[in-house]
Amino acid sequence: MKSLFKLLLQRLALGVLSLFAVSVIIFLAVGMLPGDVAQAMLGQSATAQTVAAFRAQLGLDLPPLTRFGQWIWHFLQGDLGTSLANQRPIAELVGARLGNTLSLAALAALVSVPLALFLGMLAALYRNSWFDRLLNTSALSAVSFPEFFVAYLLILYFSVKLSWFPSISNLAPDASFGEVLERSVLPVATLSLVVIAQMMRMTRASLINLLASPYIEMARLKGISQSRIIFKHALPNALAPIVNVVALNLAYLVVGVVVVEVVFVYPGLGQLLVDSVAKRDIPVVQACSLIFAATYVLLNTLADVLSIASNPRLMHPKG
Amino acid sequence: MSDNNNKITQALQNGMLHRRDFLKYSMAAGMVGAAFSMGLPINAFAQEATPKAGGVLRLGLAGASTTDSYDPGSWSDTFTFVGFSAVYNTLAEIAVDGTAIPELAESWSASSDAKVWTFKLRQGVQFHNGKSLTAEDVVASFNHHLGEGSTSAAKTVLGDVAKVRADGNDSVVFELHAGNADFAYVVADYHVAVMPSKDGVADWRAGVGTGGYVLKSFEPGVRMVLERNPNYWKPGRAHFASAELIGIADGAARINALVTGQVDVINKVDLKTVALLKRNPNLVIEETKGAQHYTFPMLCDSQEFRNNDIRMAMKHGIDRDALLGTVLHGYGMVGNDHPIQPGSRFLNTALEQRKYDPDKARFYLKQAGVDSFKIRLQASDAAYAGAVDASVMFKEQARKAGIDIDVVREPADGYFSNVWNKQPFTSSFWYSSLTADRMFSIGYAKGAAWNESHWDNPRFNQLLNAARGEMNDPLRREMYNEMQQICRDDSGAIVPLFASSVAARSNRVAHGGQTAPYGELDGLRVIERWWQA
Amino acid sequence: MKRLFIELIRAPLSAQFGMAVILLYILVALFAPVLAPFGETEVVGDGFAPWGGQFLLGTDNLGRDMFSRLVFGARNTLGIAFLTTVLAFLLGGTCGLVAAIKGGWVDQGLSRVVDILMAIPQLIFALLILSVVGTTATSLVLVIALLDATRVFRLARAVAMTVVVQDFVEAARLRGEGLWWLVTREVLPNAAAPLIAEFGLRFCFVFLFISALSFLGLGIQPPTADWGSMVRDNAVLITFGDVSPLLPALAVALITVSVNFVVDWMLHKSSGLKEC
Repeated sequence: MKSLFKLLLQRLALGVLSLFAVSVIIFLAVGMLPGDVAQAMLGQSATAQTVAAFRAQLGLDLPPLTRFGQWIWHFLQGDLGTSLANQRPIAELVGARLGNTLSLAALAALVSVPLALFLGMLAALYRNSWFDRLLNTSALSAVSFPEFFVAYLLILYFSVKLSWFPSISNLAPDASFGEVLERSVLPVATLSLVVIAQMMRMTRASLINLLASPYIEMARLKGISQSRIIFKHALPNALAPIVNVVALNLAYLVVGVVVVEVVFVYPGLGQLLVDSVAKRDIPVVQACSLIFAATYVLLNTLADVLSIASNPRLMHPKG
Repeated sequence: MSDNNNKITQALQNGMLHRRDFLKYSMAAGMVGAAFSMGLPINAFAQEATPKAGGVLRLGLAGASTTDSYDPGSWSDTFTFVGFSAVYNTLAEIAVDGTAIPELAESWSASSDAKVWTFKLRQGVQFHNGKSLTAEDVVASFNHHLGEGSTSAAKTVLGDVAKVRADGNDSVVFELHAGNADFAYVVADYHVAVMPSKDGVADWRAGVGTGGYVLKSFEPGVRMVLERNPNYWKPGRAHFASAELIGIADGAARINALVTGQVDVINKVDLKTVALLKRNPNLVIEETKGAQHYTFPMLCDSQEFRNNDIRMAMKHGIDRDALLGTVLHGYGMVGNDHPIQPGSRFLNTALEQRKYDPDKARFYLKQAGVDSFKIRLQASDAAYAGAVDASVMFKEQARKAGIDIDVVREPADGYFSNVWNKQPFTSSFWYSSLTADRMFSIGYAKGAAWNESHWDNPRFNQLLNAARGEMNDPLRREMYNEMQQICRDDSGAIVPLFASSVAARSNRVAHGGQTAPYGELDGLRVIERWWQA
Repeated sequence: MKRLFIELIRAPLSAQFGMAVILLYILVALFAPVLAPFGETEVVGDGFAPWGGQFLLGTDNLGRDMFSRLVFGARNTLGIAFLTTVLAFLLGGTCGLVAAIKGGWVDQGLSRVVDILMAIPQLIFALLILSVVGTTATSLVLVIALLDATRVFRLARAVAMTVVVQDFVEAARLRGEGLWWLVTREVLPNAAAPLIAEFGLRFCFVFLFISALSFLGLGIQPPTADWGSMVRDNAVLITFGDVSPLLPALAVALITVSVNFVVDWMLHKSSGLKEC
């Protein structure tokens, strides 16, 4: 247990280092982009004079190192700063959207993770049956269409033709929980279709892998039922790879959903990040990127710790 | 200024005029009653004689960005244009017939050389926070865009203004560097929204205006919620009880939202779907003709295009009709290599339409002393959706004239700061201007920041300055006619197309039958001009 | 050769189907100019011409032959995806194997770099780099290859870790074999199976990633025909029940499913699991 704790601390420390590195990379990358926020905001209507005034107003005429230093100094004090483009506090801009992104990810995870595990186990239980093949093929097909295409098809049937759900999921700040649920159905369905396949296939594969091992053979010879073998004996040992894949997919649900946000007009972080990159709004890009990076680092660490905790051999290493 | 007095009376009767319009339309609807029972769409005609008050207008708009701001100087796309046009007023307003009529100004007059303009403010107008409108507010609102430290996109538009000052509490005087007969149109620009002044500085952060709607909430890139201003001073306007603007960037999502009834009006309809949308009996397509035009600017000071014969060869090597059909699906009009849109007050109607003529193009090439001409066209969809497609088609058409165009697709990001106005041959677009003077001054005058073809024609520049200060309309018309001709035959801009802006509304909302000729969505005034059906 | 043939005959129906499809795609990609009745970017008629008649599958919004563009799309899309995946495996695989064999600071250094790269969201990373260097086919291939290489690195390293601790590798080390020998002769052959499986999956993800980039306007640029942007360009028509955007999407789905069928079969063969 103690070693686990130590590992956790070590991983978290490394995570913080990674986050710092990410912020440096993002700052450099945005700095290398052609043009700056002044030119991007003024677009075709820019003149040399207004651009210069814009830069001076925002302090863009300071050397990059100074600007990065200022940013990180404020960041460490918990001050995310204000957007260069519209002078709003970033904490406010990001806050509401982070909530939306997380709730969408949570809903999608609540639907997809149990479903994927359940289907994966069923597939392992009835492996090579028609049921297994059907499940496998449909999961693969679902994942092989581009996300936006799946989304448009869902909208065509469930929104345009059947009018069961709204086609856009823009949430009012005062929306009731029921409304949030109703508006989230189609985005959640799209995301679930995209992530279920990988988790399901990994569940099935790792279970089947274990079914070939001698101790399962032993259990089988003892006459234990097939389903009991899977749930009691195989699943706990197959958990590590499954947890890893689940963590990766959860990270994806938070980080990689820009396309779904665009199609369903869902006010999440991804759209904010893309817009801010286009406008060269460095502090907003930094804030969003760090949230995404932190999500990834945390989930990854969690998965590692869980897979070690679930494996007695790794929990108590020899020597 | 008898002309202006006319306009004032017109504005005073504004409500009346509109009502008369509706009468006209309802009569038309009555007369075709028989036809309409045979299956003609009802919504082709105004259904009601008078606007109905109340209801919610929901707009699904492209052109919203998470970086949108309250600052009028930063407004750059439809979402902020339309939303804030309902919150704020300007000194003058553009009526549905395209003329400038008084809004916050009750009347105006100009000195004989059009260099000093005095605007008399309307009395009893209040901001949403209860503050009364004074001359000081107007001065502060203009100064927000002027001066050394201004970052406003409207700075160039207001370039003529030397000084703005209050004359008493209810008059504002503008002193211009040079005479400008169209100055009333300049103050109708949405950028110069009148904001309350706070210690002499315009308070843009408050989001408080004098308009028909009070700002309830504004989440950049997501939504804006507006509620009717109960104390609105303007009669016969602002019928909806509230309005909600939703930013929808994806074209398919906008159409879905309209078809499923989640919004009532959308803008920038994907042109390839218009024919399909028209089949839906609950929807009406709203086309604003000549809302913008597309150009291929050729830099006149570049090695490649120094010779006007080369420019003329290029202008004859493009098949405008083919582009109109393919790129715009017919929603537009062909251009004639000058930027004055069809239907404009000073359009030169006698000017012959330039046609696709490969032989003539070859003739001009020969005149320039070459057999063939090779050029790189740096195009980007940053200019307009389909700019690269248009360029590729141009390439195929020009080949028949011995012109070899190499189309290079440039990234949309940073296109206008790095490629346009710098490289010899690019793709570009303009929102059509209210006045001929403004269009020529910002895009074609010598030394103008956005003179995208670096064109310098002495006769043209001389006429431009003379026409700007000319208060005699027939004389002015003559000058503009000549300028259009010079522009067509000498400038570095190929103007192949005028594009319509195409919006769609559900028949749950209605309008007076005629919409403004410039600017999408009824001259950006959809919120205060339309009503629920 | 004969053994391979017998293997193929014995393979399950799904794997045979997959291989047939892959073969078909490769042939189409190779002989695109011969198979396509019209040019890739040639405007041959009016927009949205119906199926049948002169144009087998109708025309697209600009009046280009849909069938010809699908055929050329196979070449562009497959070519780019294949090249990208190969590059990703060369880079990520080599680094992963070297990290596992060398251990120590080499391993630590490479792993940390990969951790950092993976912490940046893929789409955003691509967005940033493509905006800096411009969207050309080359930059697209290089950027996606770099991003995918991080995933390949993790897998290659993990698999190689279990191999390097085995006795035969230790023996080779003691023999004084060089790094290259260790990688190619000792570790790689024993880590090949999961890497091949990953190759199939990565190949498909590259497809989907390119089409997501196309959706945001950063994918393969027009007028080049690729399936991702073909779906994107006409996706708005789906709302009106028009099936033409389905065709390129189906083309992508078919190859993805096929590749995975084949991968499943190969995994199954290498795992030595008789039962399933």
